[in-house]
Amino acid sequence: MVTTTALEEELRALAGSVPDPELPVLTLAELGVLRHVQLIAPGRVEVHLTPTYTGCPAIETMSADIERVLHDHGIPEVEVRTVLSPPWTTDAITAEGRRKLAEFGIAPPRPTGPAGGPVAVDLAIRCPHCGSTDTTLLSRFSSTACKALRRCESCREPFDHFKEL
Amino acid sequence: MNVTATPALPLGDDALILSHRLGEWAGHAPVLEEEVALANIALDLLGQARVLLSLVGDEDELAYLREERQFRNLQLVEQPNGDFAHTIARQLYFSTYQELLFGHLAATDSELAPLTAKAVKEVAYHRDHAHQWTLRLGDGTEESHTRMQRALDALWRFTGELFEPVEGLDTVPWPALHDSWTARITATLEQATLTVPEGPRHGAWRAGAGRQGLHTESFGRLLAEMQHLHRSHPGAAW
Repeated sequence: MVTTTALEEELRALAGSVPDPELPVLTLAELGVLRHVQLIAPGRVEVHLTPTYTGCPAIETMSADIERVLHDHGIPEVEVRTVLSPPWTTDAITAEGRRKLAEFGIAPPRPTGPAGGPVAVDLAIRCPHCGSTDTTLLSRFSSTACKALRRCESCREPFDHFKEL
Repeated sequence: MNVTATPALPLGDDALILSHRLGEWAGHAPVLEEEVALANIALDLLGQARVLLSLVGDEDELAYLREERQFRNLQLVEQPNGDFAHTIARQLYFSTYQELLFGHLAATDSELAPLTAKAVKEVAYHRDHAHQWTLRLGDGTEESHTRMQRALDALWRFTGELFEPVEGLDTVPWPALHDSWTARITATLEQATLTVPEGPRHGAWRAGAGRQGLHTESFGRLLAEMQHLHRSHPGAAW
């Protein structure tokens, strides 16, 4: 049985507190991409990170940031590995993460249905600026792969929606 | 370069080459939203290509240092962008195929399962994008309808190859995949007031040629553009 030591808890909290390079309002823990932090030998830590999208270019910066934070905490050897399975889903974003996204002007993802197939689009998406649910899809792809572009029909502002995956 | 025969290679090449083709739209797309959409789809495909080619060997060597005959991608994905309708027709044919194939592989215990399980969720968005545009163009103006039908007809002969069995993918039920693909394409085209093309499903070469390293005329120019920087300045970094 694997037990987690107090030091591992501490290192996990540190790695998890690293901000996402593209959405700095969120930490990696809130985004749900930090899978595993294990002390495999004294001074040697292995970290498992999962990408939001397969081609997400932020993963390299995330790895470098985690290495730096753990080095600064006195861990000389840090190995960050990218794992794909099980695939990341927007359901992994924490409640606090969702709150911060909305506050930042990005409509948070809705809960996803059972695995497979695109998500049903019947649940209303709320404008993060004025709160109206009268919003329209402009494009399924926006400033990053993980977002869609929408417009609010009440306040007329365009906004990003963290689309369900 | 000696390359081990593994199904990760043909699937990785599909993703790499289509990603490059879609990247050619940067700066040329009809509207800003499409510029962003096509670049995002290209990025997803590039991510797939990196994972798949890394299962075969060094991703950079494989992408930049192979000769044309060593690429195993479908001829469909190397076809030039043409007008916007051609790009959408290519996307519709390919993303429908990829979603079905990856959906199957995701449920197996092969080395491709982790990547395909992740990518199939992204590909569902690619297919939806192509589906929506096919409806809009097919059921749009007379001009857009004509162009969309022309594009579907022109690329039809490259679709036979999609269902030629790929070495190493022994669990894939190719005839059933073909039937599902045909049903989906037919449903989209009918809804878009378009006609399912008729005529041969492959060109003068026999279907499956791309998987054996035989490519069409424009592929050499694509490779030249994709590889020249790396070949001219080996190991360059910035």
